Amino acid sequence: MPHLDAAYNLARWLSGNEHDAADIVQDACVRAFRFAGDCRGENARAWLLTIVRNTAFSWLKKNRPRAIVPIDDHELEEFEDVNRAGDSFHGADAGVLRIALDALPLEFREALVLRELEGCSYKEIAEVAGVPVGTVMSRLARARRQLRNHFAGKGGL
Amino acid sequence: MNCADTLKLIHAYADGELDLIRSLEIEQHLKTCVQCAAERNAIQSLRAALRQGDLTHRAPESLREGVRRMARADEPEPARQDFRPAESIQLWIWRLVAAGAAAFAVLTILSRAGMSGRDALLDEAVADHVRSLQVSHLTDVASTDQHTVKPWFAGKLDFAPEVRDFAAQGFPLIGGRLDYLDGRTVAALVYQYKKHFINTFIWPSSKTIVTAPVLENDRGYSVINFDARGFHYCIVSDAEGKALNAFADLIAH
Repeated sequence: MPHLDAAYNLARWLSGNEHDAADIVQDACVRAFRFAGDCRGENARAWLLTIVRNTAFSWLKKNRPRAIVPIDDHELEEFEDVNRAGDSFHGADAGVLRIALDALPLEFREALVLRELEGCSYKEIAEVAGVPVGTVMSRLARARRQLRNHFAGKGGL
Repeated sequence: MNCADTLKLIHAYADGELDLIRSLEIEQHLKTCVQCAAERNAIQSLRAALRQGDLTHRAPESLREGVRRMARADEPEPARQDFRPAESIQLWIWRLVAAGAAAFAVLTILSRAGMSGRDALLDEAVADHVRSLQVSHLTDVASTDQHTVKPWFAGKLDFAPEVRDFAAQGFPLIGGRLDYLDGRTVAALVYQYKKHFINTFIWPSSKTIVTAPVLENDRGYSVINFDARGFHYCIVSDAEGKALNAFADLIAH
């Protein structure tokens, strides 16, 4: 099964633990098989990730409604606090990064995981998250800003 | 390119999502601006930390085995196989796509419910414009010849937009593409004015008279809306308002 690691990684970051992530991926694969028999197609990875994402969000809505905090994509970014934020992550501890990433709103975490860990293009992320490409760009910008503020708030690294 | 423009696009730049010209413009600016360069370095530093940080989870063997079993169980028996399996798979993919599109449409409507229709259109037009400037998305048919661009739209749209070149007036036609705006497929003509691109979105309107162009600003972009000869025109650009008004005048008459 190709892309299973990518599917699991996304589910793991969205659900926050191994057990639920495995359940979500299993569930998503049932749907994937049911819909197309196999994950073929032009962009099978994005297609499978979309199913995983939707399965994860339904699961969270049902089992952990408080994890879903609506974000305002129309909110303009604040460029002013650029200078206050930390700008070097050199030697950052993986454990600290993991906690910071887990603290991000779901949609920001999703965009960042797909971009930085899976190497997805904006177009693929847009497809998976079901939002326009412009929204992907602003979510990534805000996700990165929040991570930097997280570290700056802790006095850097 | 100034700091404000650079900071707006710096994430798309760092993610390799900008077209060549814009990337070069940003690189030029980064050479001379310490603050913007620091912003780029921060993005890259964060990326390196995330990728080296062992943050990617691999599927456990139990899950791998479970999915493998599922795949085997799901393989259709030869006797049961449909006579046109490829088509039935395609049908399912299309159903899935349709369901996804419907769900997306509902979500979009819900999320836009708090916005007035006018603001939503403005917002959408600017978003389309920004998107069109990313990754060679600007034109589907690149041609400065109106006789090439116009037939390209035939069969792709249920209307025939007016395609004219205004190179003599300083607004050469660059090409066209299809886009999605105000809940329908629209024609997008791309013109250039000096170093700025102008997106002109066109779709049918019930008004046959020329209505007064309305100039609005949104996130640093100018947007002009008006109707003329049975079409609605929505013009978006980061070119100065005065030039854009002159351009709208050319289209309207």
